[in-house]
Amino acid sequence: MLTVNRYKCCYCGACVGVCPTCALELVETWLEVSAECKECGLCTKICPVGALEVKA
Amino acid sequence: MKCDLIVVGGGPGGSMAAKTAASAGLNVVMLEKRQEIGDPVRCAEGVSKRALCRMMLPEPEWISSEVKGARIYAPDGKSIVMSEDKSGGEVGYVLERKVFDRGLAMQAAQAGAKILVKTRALGLLRKDGAICGVSGLRIGEPLQIEAPLIIGADGVESKVGRWAGIDTTLKLQDIESCAQFLVQDASIDDEYTEFFLGNSIAPSGYAWSFPKGEKLANIGLGIQGSRSKPGEAMRLLRQFMKTRFPNGKVVEMVVGGDPCSGPIDSAITDGVMLVGDAAHQTDPLTGGGILNAMQAGIIAGEVAAKAITAGNVRRAGLQEYEDRWREDFGKVIARSFQFKEFFVKLTDKDMNQLIGSLAKEDISKMDLPGMLRVLFRLNPKLLWGLKSLII
Repeated sequence: MLTVNRYKCCYCGACVGVCPTCALELVETWLEVSAECKECGLCTKICPVGALEVKA
Repeated sequence: MKCDLIVVGGGPGGSMAAKTAASAGLNVVMLEKRQEIGDPVRCAEGVSKRALCRMMLPEPEWISSEVKGARIYAPDGKSIVMSEDKSGGEVGYVLERKVFDRGLAMQAAQAGAKILVKTRALGLLRKDGAICGVSGLRIGEPLQIEAPLIIGADGVESKVGRWAGIDTTLKLQDIESCAQFLVQDASIDDEYTEFFLGNSIAPSGYAWSFPKGEKLANIGLGIQGSRSKPGEAMRLLRQFMKTRFPNGKVVEMVVGGDPCSGPIDSAITDGVMLVGDAAHQTDPLTGGGILNAMQAGIIAGEVAAKAITAGNVRRAGLQEYEDRWREDFGKVIARSFQFKEFFVKLTDKDMNQLIGSLAKEDISKMDLPGMLRVLFRLNPKLLWGLKSLII
């Protein structure tokens, strides 16, 4: 599953822009992950601070 | 709640759209999902002085500093200098976005637009298939606003376009992953915007120093998404700081994703117009997008007023917006995209050769096209692929 390290996330929304299934939503300082997430990992690559990780 | 036009997003694009449409007599509601407009910043804050002043008279407090020009460093450390009045692009003013964005929102409010902060759009309302408003959450409470026309100015994480059927998802090669520190350091050049090239500094991107006055600067970098990995932008920025500004004191941290896809196929559909980052209207070469978003906002606001008055908010009624933004700056970003596609492939050796070749040339009086022609004359083999763009 996709995990968000809330202590690292700087809530910039870059991940939301690349998500092919529209599964991410940035709400102020809170990144929401919906059930639409296919764990493709694109968002983890774009994250400037490495706050996202797909864990088995 | 009912109105003529809903603007989703209170950045420079949204505020200019709301201001323009409200000035033309429309009943406008602008939604901003954050509780504070303009904060947190996700920007290096550079704009062309000339282009901003053509659009409006800036308030003094919007401007952090004014620079004389741009200095561009090759990977080997050699540099060239371009003067502000010639280099164009994102050089001239370094803004204070927190104050600037709020100032533009206040202008929209003064023009008559209603602004709802901490109000997030959750989806589009439809009646018989046609868009008729926005559903949202206002300070956590459900809210429905009815309007025949929506402007999506909701940034790099745009949802309005996707809800309306415009695919604005960015491919990794079409977005730069960026990290920036606000740095205080005695070695900062207060008079010049600096750009640092090199694949070990910022692969398929560049690092920058945008001075904000009194030895303070936005120092950051962007790397092409397809060459990024988790946390890479921040890792490279720390490395860059260590080598270039080892004594710099970091007083703020900024990160973000910057669209660099070139013009999207369509920024309109029935009942919806997209402006700014939501429509990928950033310049793919520089990454600058503030003024394009504002210009798009102005055009969209004008077209909104016409469309509402004429009672045609379908695609045909909004086509004028599409035509005008493409004519205004769409052509420029399409050209920049072709340059970007070429430059991201250059090796450090190529970049050293290009910058080095200008060492004996007087480029202080040249504009960017002029400099490109000189570069082409001096490096025909390397730049052959850009022949049709330069000559």
